[in-house]
Amino acid sequence: MSEAKKYNAPVTNPETAPFWEAAKAGKFMIKRCTTCGEAHYFPRAICPFCFSDKTVWEESSGEATVYTYSLMRKSPTGPYAIAYVTLKEGPSLQTNIVDCDLETVKIGQKVKVVWKPTDGAPLPFFTPA
Amino acid sequence: MTIKGKAYIAGIYEHPTRHAPDKSTAQLHAEVAKGAIEDAGLTKDDIDGYFCAGDAPGGLWPMVDYLGLNTRKLRHVDSTETGGCSYLIHLGHAAEAIAAGKCSVALVTLAGKPRTGPMPPRASGAEADFELAYGATTHNAYGMCAMRHMHDYGTTSEQLAWIKVAASHHAQYNPHAMLKEVVTVEDVLNSPMISDPLHRMDCCVVTDGGGAMIVTTPEIAKSLKKPLVRLIGHGEAMKGPRGGKDLDLTYSAGVWSGPRAFEEAGVTPKDIKYASIYDSFTITVLMQLEDLGFCKKGEGGKFVADGNLISGVGKLPFNTDGGGLCSNHPVNRGGMTKILEAVRQLRGEAHPKVQVKNCDLAIAHGTGGLLGVRHAASTCILERA
Repeated sequence: MSEAKKYNAPVTNPETAPFWEAAKAGKFMIKRCTTCGEAHYFPRAICPFCFSDKTVWEESSGEATVYTYSLMRKSPTGPYAIAYVTLKEGPSLQTNIVDCDLETVKIGQKVKVVWKPTDGAPLPFFTPA
Repeated sequence: MTIKGKAYIAGIYEHPTRHAPDKSTAQLHAEVAKGAIEDAGLTKDDIDGYFCAGDAPGGLWPMVDYLGLNTRKLRHVDSTETGGCSYLIHLGHAAEAIAAGKCSVALVTLAGKPRTGPMPPRASGAEADFELAYGATTHNAYGMCAMRHMHDYGTTSEQLAWIKVAASHHAQYNPHAMLKEVVTVEDVLNSPMISDPLHRMDCCVVTDGGGAMIVTTPEIAKSLKKPLVRLIGHGEAMKGPRGGKDLDLTYSAGVWSGPRAFEEAGVTPKDIKYASIYDSFTITVLMQLEDLGFCKKGEGGKFVADGNLISGVGKLPFNTDGGGLCSNHPVNRGGMTKILEAVRQLRGEAHPKVQVKNCDLAIAHGTGGLLGVRHAASTCILERA
């Protein structure tokens, strides 16, 4: 089951370290560009839309909707549900839907961020809201 | 500047093996290189351009040395790596190099042994910390595309199954095909679910083996004995989630590579007599047919149903060698075999049971990487000269 899975700690780097520091405090951060106003994920120093370097950290609500998913049934560590979810703030991201009956995952389902421990910073996953 | 008609495919070779525990990967590269050079009627010393991708042990330097290519003559190399469609991009790049006078006889090789040895892990980019933990594989990345396509357009598992059924109808005539048995829609639906909504029979085979081709100038091609096949249009493109804005997994980078190739060739999808379409999974074929303009977006399910892809039965014969779904998917990279069967069709060398009549225009198209995550696409339009 997903609860028993061991996850590798993020390697992190100077560009993304603030994300992982915030994660340790349970905060899910995204980046927003103050030039074009667009939010993006995963975080970059330079905006991937307008290429401005005026990007700032912003705490996400952690609320999202399932865009798509697939339940991987043939895995040595047991079935798991990979998904893309779309954050209330706009960006979509890859994740796993966890801590639920995986057979009930649906497109359009409301989900919220949940953290799973590693030997370093925790990793964000999503679970039914 | 265009590559239209500037380069010909003069030699092709597909390794007959599907399981090669008794050979090295470099040896398979050498065997397919030898096969393609001999098919063209050339010699190794004629090679002045060499192309390989991530499957070639050590990349360019070790391969050029191992093969014993004539380094006094070799004057153009390219190791563009875009997964399974690398070789479709290599064909376009070889044509560009030939058109620019940078080489005159280019060799492209693909080979490997995923059935008998561990495959190296996929290289990660800046996204690693934000994605690796979620276990994206080919199966579930393509599964996510299929799931959303079904949600948005009502595509069904039965419709996807028709793609496998068509491939199996063709594979029965290919003595080298890994899976030669003709299957039904019910067989596909009854095969085990691997990653929803993809069943085992929605997935391609895993095979050892490889393939190679020789790309050359019009003058050299015309001096040789093989039927003339030339490249008249090429496109390449890439797509990814790009910061997560406006995510849409129901289309591929083929929406850009396709029109680029068709425009250069001066033809439309309606003109195509035979289509090699990368079939890593059934959904890959369906999305690419839509993206290339063989039908409207969302209508791929109806287009592939009822045998429309079966040679002699439907309107668009596809993958008449049995494709990756049934025949061969060497090193988990299907781009090379897509080109090879298109050339066989244009030469009139396909199996008589699947040979398309008067086949003078064909498309070879593929994707590389993970369709649901980051991928490349490349389209080649080929013509019998």
